[in-house]
Amino acid sequence: MRPVGYVRARSVEEAAAAHAGHPGARYLAGGTNLVDLMKLGVESPGTLVDVSRLPLDTVEPLPGGGLRIGATVRNSDLAAHPLVRASYPVLSQALLAGASGQLRNIATTGGNLLQRTRCPYFQDPAKPCNKREPGTGCGAREGGHRDHAVLGHSPSCIATHPSDMAVALAALGATVELHGADGARTVPVGQFHRLPGDHPERDTVIGPGELITAVVLPEAPAGLPSAYRKARDRASYAFALASVAAVLEVADGVVRQVGIAFGGLAHRPWRAERAEAALLGAAPTGENIARAVDAELDRAEPLRDNAFKVPLARNLARRVLTGLAGPAARP
Amino acid sequence: MRPTAATSTLAPASGSLGADTARLEGRDKVTGTARYATEQAHTPPGCAYAWPVPATVARGRVTAVDTAAALALPGVLAVLTPDTAPRLGHAEDPTLAVLQDHRVPHRGWFVALAVAETPEQARAAAGAVRISYAAEPHDVALTAGHPDGYVPETANGGEAGSSRRGDPEAAFDAAPVRIDAAYRVPPLHNHPMEPHAAFAHWDGDRAEHLTVYDSSQGANAVRTALAQLFGLAEGRITVISEHVGGGFGSKGTPRPHVVLAAMAARHTGRPVKLALPRRQLSAVVGHRAPTLHRLRLGAERDGTLVSVSHEVATHTSRIKEFVEQAAVPARVMYASPHSLTSHRVTPLDVPTPSWMRAPGEAPGMYALESAMDELAVELGMDPIDLRVRNEPVTEPGSGLPFSSRHLVECLREGARRFGWGDRDPRPGVRREGDLLTGTGVAAATYPVLVAPSTASATAHPGGTFTVRVNATDIGTGARTVLAQIAAGALGAALSAVRVEIGSTRLPAAPLAGGSSGTASWGWAVHEACAALVDRLADHHGALPPEGLTATADTTEAASAAPAFARHAFGAHFAEVQVDTVTGEVQVRRLLGVYAAGRILNPRTARSQFVGGMVMGLGMALTEHSTMDPAFGDFTEADLAMYHVPAHADVPDVDAHWIDEEDHYLNPMGSKGIGEIGIVGTPAAIGNAVHHATGVRLRHLPLTPDRVLPALA
Repeated sequence: MRPVGYVRARSVEEAAAAHAGHPGARYLAGGTNLVDLMKLGVESPGTLVDVSRLPLDTVEPLPGGGLRIGATVRNSDLAAHPLVRASYPVLSQALLAGASGQLRNIATTGGNLLQRTRCPYFQDPAKPCNKREPGTGCGAREGGHRDHAVLGHSPSCIATHPSDMAVALAALGATVELHGADGARTVPVGQFHRLPGDHPERDTVIGPGELITAVVLPEAPAGLPSAYRKARDRASYAFALASVAAVLEVADGVVRQVGIAFGGLAHRPWRAERAEAALLGAAPTGENIARAVDAELDRAEPLRDNAFKVPLARNLARRVLTGLAGPAARP
Repeated sequence: MRPTAATSTLAPASGSLGADTARLEGRDKVTGTARYATEQAHTPPGCAYAWPVPATVARGRVTAVDTAAALALPGVLAVLTPDTAPRLGHAEDPTLAVLQDHRVPHRGWFVALAVAETPEQARAAAGAVRISYAAEPHDVALTAGHPDGYVPETANGGEAGSSRRGDPEAAFDAAPVRIDAAYRVPPLHNHPMEPHAAFAHWDGDRAEHLTVYDSSQGANAVRTALAQLFGLAEGRITVISEHVGGGFGSKGTPRPHVVLAAMAARHTGRPVKLALPRRQLSAVVGHRAPTLHRLRLGAERDGTLVSVSHEVATHTSRIKEFVEQAAVPARVMYASPHSLTSHRVTPLDVPTPSWMRAPGEAPGMYALESAMDELAVELGMDPIDLRVRNEPVTEPGSGLPFSSRHLVECLREGARRFGWGDRDPRPGVRREGDLLTGTGVAAATYPVLVAPSTASATAHPGGTFTVRVNATDIGTGARTVLAQIAAGALGAALSAVRVEIGSTRLPAAPLAGGSSGTASWGWAVHEACAALVDRLADHHGALPPEGLTATADTTEAASAAPAFARHAFGAHFAEVQVDTVTGEVQVRRLLGVYAAGRILNPRTARSQFVGGMVMGLGMALTEHSTMDPAFGDFTEADLAMYHVPAHADVPDVDAHWIDEEDHYLNPMGSKGIGEIGIVGTPAAIGNAVHHATGVRLRHLPLTPDRVLPALA
């Protein structure tokens, strides 16, 4: 049995120092994913740097508009926050569509972004997985992959990112605040997670020792139409077969603002930039919406057993976008 | 809480047979004081923990086991391997011959066992054992025409592997209305809340007595197996299964964990606890084998069946033949002059399948009752009328008269309660926005099984009684119902009766399985109590301090070949909504109406019926295990991946029953109720999905990947 060091950090600086001082350290927040992976032998950190009690547990309105969400804000608290519910319903809905009540009560905002794929081959150290052990191959490609990626996958990895929350954040154009040895930096959520390419072992662009301190939501007026919809195998406590998060503001009969992201389809929340570009400035008719969604999903490359995800995602996106467009979408 | 019949003014007196009595151990369970197998209050000093090592090839041989790294870890006491493990006696069940040879019959088969001071150390040691294999090409793909398939002499339950009456092919070919359809039920897993777990210790200076706490559905069967394997007289083994956190059949036979725990305890000289991790369960404690069904129904235009054929293909492992008897219900259900039923089983490099709630009936009735619905649609006939039209006078397969059969009454009572009379039969016409809604019905059946049991009843001087029987309460309420049976037979208050169950120190009894527990144990309890009443009548004066005891053994009565076909019947109704955007199916309402003899306790009976229906909902919509063609194991390794229904999936579920008097069963007049709830539910839901959408899906479960493309 490998002993695991444990350090409880009281400040961001202390956490970063502890991480730097312990090779093989991992940050621990809610632990809902990391601890499972430790039990499975997928993760074996030498030291856990507990960041769950850092003073990063508040949701603050920013002076110029927008919200700053501390990294340790619990998923259930964030979903219930009045400002989130009022201005960012897509985020609240996405959070509530994820995991179970018990998990949401302990899982954090930062941890949710950093959760790892639930690909069964990744979770089983007795099987090949390029993400867990680079160079061993991909077990899912020949094995079971009904739940795997249809967009942006590579020969080395077909895993999907499991988060619902991150899909909403991508559609909202949120940014991630990171603290590292070289100071603070920000990364758009849509660029925070990587595509697998030849390095599926790297889920995100986060650097060694960098710590998520917050997620910042851009300004949104109360009532900005946004929504999240998820299709799954059972009504609760199941990962998305496909999901869509969308923000759509219509003024004078044309789309003034749009953000669309898919979940369950790719190695990262899939920001549908082609669809967004096709809709921006256009009338949100059913026909235009369908064309925009197709422009995005025409890039899909389904595997042997997951072709259903493409029409599923198409249906979800069309329905959510026409719902947000309201009467303008009707023929 | 929903009011029940038993709350009316005509309700039986509290605690007597038929009363709505709460579980006697309910408080212990909800307060956490009920102890399960590996959480006995008094873990002895020096207790060690074991962790098995599963094989990582689907077929082959172990060529070497390197234990050096594992043994070097702190706290590690031993690593048992096929080379070092104690030799066992002959295992009647080959799945219990653990660590006895180097063969790997399937992925997940145990090839070593680590024993250490703590569970964490044992897990780490198991992970550090290095196994070398000579892997061989494997075959895990079941097909209906697999060249290795054969028709077994018997299927599970001793049922004939095949049967034929008349000329089913010619009658089918000549029938004016025909259904020829293929259905598929995937592998399924029992996944009880409490994993398979055991705590074993050898007592005495020379380890002459083995005591095992095991999470099992039948402690006597576990004792018999351990006696054979360890070469001991049964009297030198005690097996205790006081509380069991579910089993659904997977704990109905002794399982390898209990053998390993006893082996490790003997090898190390320490008491040993072994709780199988969830991820190992799918390979070593059984599963419902996948079944491929071909149904052929030939009928006259008035709906009268002239030919019924049900052919089933299924798999078993290389080491043990288990045949899911899914074609058997077709021998029970409907009158037809011509009939064919058959099973074809293919041994593959897969884990050994076994019992899962209503083996045979659950998948078989899914197929048969789906085909009946297809026939009703083809005929333009109400599906209830079609079933009534084909109600047999005697059991079709055996020609025996039924001891009681009230299927038609269940269908009619269900139709009344469900509002079936208002149903528009047209499929695919009820749209609410993106949702299509529909309703479906299916029949259910489950055989009346009973096994010999012994029991004793003791009258104490203070006016109280103790009833002893090695029954197992796997969460069903067996303990409570047995107390009610005893109180009824003794003419005593429930509070005056103490029931002792769950130990081989008690009078021997059969397992909790086949929905036979209450009948089997209850019969013996009833007889013992009746005998005690007679003894008390003859007794004069004060009772001796040790009380008066009477015993019973129902071997003769319960083994007598019945002159009747004995089955419970039921009718299931479902209302579903199908989301045409996503292909997601949601059940809105489920109703079950049962004819299952006398209901002995409405509260625990309702829980069994409803629990079975929820499990049937899972079988219809959410549950499946995927045999990985490349690696030869089941992909779904935990409860995040294996989708049992969540609360949000389970809607308004209602269970009712009709009063059924049957004098050819047992002294209580009861039929088993633990399994019938699952039987008709999947077909009722599938038929409702057809009614909602107009699309017939024949491959369970009805997940979006299947439903959405079919709607396109």
